[in-house]
Amino acid sequence: MSAFKPALLALEDGSIFRGRAFGADTTISGECVFNTSMTGYQEIITDPSYYGQIVTMTAVQIGNTGINAEDAEALAPKASGLVVRELSPIVSNWRSTISLGDYLSENGIPGISEIDTRALTKKLRVDGAMKSCLTTLELSDKDAVRLAKEWRDMSGSDYVKDVTCKAPYVWRLDDPKNHNPAYVPFRTTLGITQPPAIKYRVAAFDYGAKHSIYRKLVRHGFEVLVFPATATAEEVKEHKPDAVFLSNGPGDPAALAYIHKTVTGLLPDYPTFGICLGHQMITHALGGTTFKLKFGHRGGNQPVKNLETGKVSITAQNHGFATDPKSIEKSGAKITEVNLNDGTVEGLRHTKLPVFSVQYHPEAAPGPSDADPLFLDFYRMVEQRKAGKI
Amino acid sequence: MPKRSDLKSILIIGAGPIVIGQACEFDYSGTQACKALKEEGYRVILVNSNPATIMTDPEFADVTYIEPLTPEFIEKIIAAERPSALLPTLGGQTALNLSMELNRLGVLAKYGVEMIGAKPEAISKGEDRELFKQAMIKIGLDVAKSRTVHTLEEARLAALEIGDFPLIIRPSFTLGGAGGGIAYNREEFESIVANGIDISPVHEVLVEECLLGWKEFEMEVMRDHKDQCVVICSIENFDPMGVHTGDSITVAPAMTLTDKEYQAMRDASFAVIREIGVETGGSNIQFAIDPKTGRQVVIEMNPRVSRSSALASKATGFPIAKIAAKLAVGYTLDELRNDITRLTPASFEPTIDYIVTKIPRFTFEKFLNADPTLTSSMKSVGEAMAIGRTFKESLQKALRSLEVGALGFGGGRLGGNEPIDDAIIKAKLGTPNAERIFYLRHALRAGYTIQQLFDLTKIDPWFLTQLKEIYEMEVSLQGKTLAALDTTHLRRAKQFGFSDAQLAGILGSTMDAVRKDRKARGVHTAYRLVDTCAAEFEAFTPYYYSSYGDENEVIPSKKPKIMILGGGPNRIGQGIEFDYCCVHASFALREIGFETVMVNSNPETVSTDYDTSDRLYFEPLTLEDVLEVYEQEACQGVIVQFGGQTPLNLASALKARGVNIIGTSPESIEVAEDRKLFAAVLNKLNLRQPDNRTALSEHEAAQHAKDVGYPVLLRPSFVLGGRGMFVVYTEEELKSVTRQVFDVMPGKPVLIDKFLEDAIELDVDCLSDGKTSVIGGMLEHIEFAGVHSGDAAMVMPPHTLSPAMLNVVRTATHALARELKVIGLMNIQYAIKGDQLYVLEVNPRASRTVPFVAKAIGLPLAKIAAKVMAGKTLTELGVTQEVTPKHWCVKEAVFPFVRFPGSTIALGPEMRSTGEVMGLDDDLGLAFAKAQAAARPGLPSSGNVFLSVKDSDKKTALQIARSLIEFGFSIYSTSGTAQFFEDNSVQVKRLSKISEGRPNPVDMIKNGQISMVINTPGGMIPRRDENAIRAAAYAHNICLMTTITGALAAIEAIKAVRTKPLNVRPIQKYRGNVVAVK
Repeated sequence: MSAFKPALLALEDGSIFRGRAFGADTTISGECVFNTSMTGYQEIITDPSYYGQIVTMTAVQIGNTGINAEDAEALAPKASGLVVRELSPIVSNWRSTISLGDYLSENGIPGISEIDTRALTKKLRVDGAMKSCLTTLELSDKDAVRLAKEWRDMSGSDYVKDVTCKAPYVWRLDDPKNHNPAYVPFRTTLGITQPPAIKYRVAAFDYGAKHSIYRKLVRHGFEVLVFPATATAEEVKEHKPDAVFLSNGPGDPAALAYIHKTVTGLLPDYPTFGICLGHQMITHALGGTTFKLKFGHRGGNQPVKNLETGKVSITAQNHGFATDPKSIEKSGAKITEVNLNDGTVEGLRHTKLPVFSVQYHPEAAPGPSDADPLFLDFYRMVEQRKAGKI
Repeated sequence: MPKRSDLKSILIIGAGPIVIGQACEFDYSGTQACKALKEEGYRVILVNSNPATIMTDPEFADVTYIEPLTPEFIEKIIAAERPSALLPTLGGQTALNLSMELNRLGVLAKYGVEMIGAKPEAISKGEDRELFKQAMIKIGLDVAKSRTVHTLEEARLAALEIGDFPLIIRPSFTLGGAGGGIAYNREEFESIVANGIDISPVHEVLVEECLLGWKEFEMEVMRDHKDQCVVICSIENFDPMGVHTGDSITVAPAMTLTDKEYQAMRDASFAVIREIGVETGGSNIQFAIDPKTGRQVVIEMNPRVSRSSALASKATGFPIAKIAAKLAVGYTLDELRNDITRLTPASFEPTIDYIVTKIPRFTFEKFLNADPTLTSSMKSVGEAMAIGRTFKESLQKALRSLEVGALGFGGGRLGGNEPIDDAIIKAKLGTPNAERIFYLRHALRAGYTIQQLFDLTKIDPWFLTQLKEIYEMEVSLQGKTLAALDTTHLRRAKQFGFSDAQLAGILGSTMDAVRKDRKARGVHTAYRLVDTCAAEFEAFTPYYYSSYGDENEVIPSKKPKIMILGGGPNRIGQGIEFDYCCVHASFALREIGFETVMVNSNPETVSTDYDTSDRLYFEPLTLEDVLEVYEQEACQGVIVQFGGQTPLNLASALKARGVNIIGTSPESIEVAEDRKLFAAVLNKLNLRQPDNRTALSEHEAAQHAKDVGYPVLLRPSFVLGGRGMFVVYTEEELKSVTRQVFDVMPGKPVLIDKFLEDAIELDVDCLSDGKTSVIGGMLEHIEFAGVHSGDAAMVMPPHTLSPAMLNVVRTATHALARELKVIGLMNIQYAIKGDQLYVLEVNPRASRTVPFVAKAIGLPLAKIAAKVMAGKTLTELGVTQEVTPKHWCVKEAVFPFVRFPGSTIALGPEMRSTGEVMGLDDDLGLAFAKAQAAARPGLPSSGNVFLSVKDSDKKTALQIARSLIEFGFSIYSTSGTAQFFEDNSVQVKRLSKISEGRPNPVDMIKNGQISMVINTPGGMIPRRDENAIRAAAYAHNICLMTTITGALAAIEAIKAVRTKPLNVRPIQKYRGNVVAVK
């Protein structure tokens, strides 16, 4: 056993959790949230939507499979900190290239293990997601609580500007500069289809997009032209896209007025698909509002019912805000999907325009691929538009 | 869509007797299904031959048949009840095979019965290896290379095609993979293939690429008719491929998969269930992954609920069988509610924030000469499950739950620090066996690296590293004293799952001292909830496990509480019957206003269903774990007499620590167990027992045996199931087994009884409240005394004893109940020789026969006993009159010999049966015939009988042979018996003995020319010839009688079947079919 180095997690309500340090030697603050996925910690910590957040994994044995070259959702981890019950002392997986602890160290991210993650999760469930401070250095309880309290409130903050790309670029499957290679399950042909010839160009807004989303778009016949969040409708239009895609991303969707404006300017002209924050941007662009959920949906087992087909998908989710259903009653969009756990809005479709969005993550990563056909739906929508049918 | 209204009544087929590969998990799933369908308003028709099940209690189905599970009997039931549908997926392989057979025979079509849940096409596609393989290839999934063959010649070609040895051989349609194996060379290959073709009902085996050493996973999947699929649980096998999953240590959730690999497996699982076409319900799908490349192959699927689905239900809190039943009648997952969170729907995937470990329990000690290597054919008889916040905690809890003497990963039996020969370590690691987990610790002690351990075992390095961490914790504690140990270190050790007893062993202290000290330091047990959702939602079902974290989640309550201790893992001698009693105790005490607290570690059971008790603690049944729960819940009392020997062994220790044991006192239990004290009781009551002595050494044993005179019965004290019991006829025989008997309970004395030859044995179950006692039932054994009561066939009411003798028995029973101050249940075994009554054994606790008796007389004995223990009198409960059934009830036992090639096949004082069946009829012969049919194979109606008996049985054999000839059978015999028959002018065809030449009896059995074998063994250790004949009979499913009294009963039954019709009747119609005993 390696030496026990203490770490501390302080919440804004003054609660202190003492545990064991891993990852980088540092002190960070952020919003403390929990994720109930049993697999996929690599995807989670590299998902830019977790920017500014300290993620607690409810699954108890973390790090067992290490970190590999294929499963990251960004080139570097994006979460601010990681909280786990137990960190694996070794890595056991044929694809792994580095351990989780070393990966976090290299990227300056602290972690804390050997705390009662269930007690923490219950606290977050009951009292809501909280501002917090995680330190692997020597820091007094009082200072840690103070740092937690001083952390900027997520509500009202623009986190997107910190994670979006700086300039437009074309995302290619074979470009190691922008992303990692894809993982193809060995010798199984189930679900493996040859990518179609690229037919349409999609303008994809990067609000903190996951690689898996771009990968899915390419695999469904799109040329992916990535735009920074700050790009205007006019800039996008200059590139003559066939469609617009709005990505996931971190922070409060209400605090992004400049994006709302851009999206408002694009919706009438392009078939549009939004995921997560992208869905919330469509909500705002159509005049709706969003609100903060008490503790959010983060995990891979959220049941979502499609009100049009009556079918339930198990979905991957990661969001702290949701569309206010009342606010969109007159927006021209209708609710297509709802969360069966709490009835919140999970999907919208515009009644006149070729625009639809989902709050959850059809690209999964991590999580179930039940909603994968949405990418095909998007492709078909563009196809129909091009054929002049819609 | 809501439930189907076109269905009115639904037939559920149970799994029958407990056998290896099919244990009480199917009572759990069947009971859930009955309840689920009944609450939907369907008329539920149930058939199961196993009386020791909760599902066959009259209130769980509308109509309950305890009848043999054969197509003939089920057709009669279908004809009588005309169900609209048959649900085939809840009674294990037995129900699935039977349903397919009923379909094949056209019975379902004839009566217009629809198969719901899974259609015949889907079942055959899922079960037939070749069809399954083709289906997998079609949908793009990878499978192991394989060929299905029907002859040895085909098999040889297949072997060449697939490539190198080792190769796996799997016979088609055998239960739990019986007859399968791994061949490392050509010779082994040919012998396994030949045997496999032999025992497969369709004479087909699969020769397959060996995936030995690959990682093995299971997925528990559900689907509804809207094609919505969910994964309930992923399970990773600690033991890699090569060991049957039932014999593997398994862990939930999967530990060594990335999300990509997990999702590939999930997608594959859904593709499989869709392609096979299981319309609704649960399926279990097994995968293997090459640890070097990640190549993932589908191994097999079970298109039904299974042992793994019961485990998954207990591991996640998601009741798979209940939901499967509701889906089968038309509900969809989103229309059903998650019972535990109440507000969220069942259409989700449970996520868990703890680790579940299941460890199988074996009983190789009962099958001497059987090979203890674990293979693809299942050999375990039970399992323990434990939940912990980490794998380390979970594993250590599971190890102490096993009740094999281990205190955890170290400590106790097999967990010592003595030097072990390196060759032994290597052998124990290199070949999978029941003790491998303990030898992994010995290897760590010997300095093996993770790499070395992996090379020997192919167990994933992640698991091995966890073991190493536990061992390192042990090392870090060594040399310290309790006082010198700092609290953080102590807390960490507890979080690593170390028990107080285990710590005491390392620290040179006692369990009590460690417990007291850690409590003083604030290191308290904290109970966590099993909530299906990793705390995302509030949970309402009090289903707990212990851990050592910050927070205790027990929801307080002020109602008076009584704790019920379960029986732990199933083993031979302690199985479903005791769980049945515990469940009844819980139901009864809830009825009279108590909150019940169930503690058990067996995931197969109804007692560990979160619906059964007010509060469920999934915990090891050790002193420490039980005391913690008792104190946590501030229970008013504990019931120890229902869970078999496990809780009984804890009784005195619990009482000494202030626990209130309700019912018969531990002191009385002690009196019944202690030779001297018990002899004094019998003396006082003027009752006799066979002359007996207590020996403390081998020498003393021999001396005592001489004193009481041979034959003698030799047995250890304080064990259940006749472990280590022998009847010996000579000093030589005695000397050959004495050591073994002493080794069963080291340090405890060995008991020597005069053995009563040709005595009639009688089991009596009795209720007592301390003042009044009422006999529940008397069961006369068919075999003479000397056959363990768990293995004996029995008849209720007694069929040969005189009313006068029965009155003597009654008087003795009441006197014993009074003298031992029994409060609750008591079981007495008597022997009757001539006019003399002997008391063989008194057990002041629930016995194995309680459920049988309860079903025979229609009175819930265990429930009544539980209420008595809680303070009610029998008068208050209106139970003061002994009744006896007007019909006949026959119990027959079922044996696992086919799983243990080489073991001795004979009935004796050591129990070896795994389960039992009940035959009910107005006619004794028919009741016996039904019991035989239910126990399989049934009695023949024609054909050839092979008869070979020991000298003392020859006279009776003559009578048997004459009857058989009269019924149109032909008699075959070998020299001794044949000569005797010829001398007495009975026509017999002579066969060579195996040692003499061919054709011999085994050839005839294998050729299907023998329909019944009557072979009574001569000595204590049967001759090789005889055993080979009996083994062949077992392997070929041929009716076998190994006692002359059993054979006589069989003749009476064959006669009855020839002259009277075999009818079926539900137990609800037997209600009240009793007479009061004057």
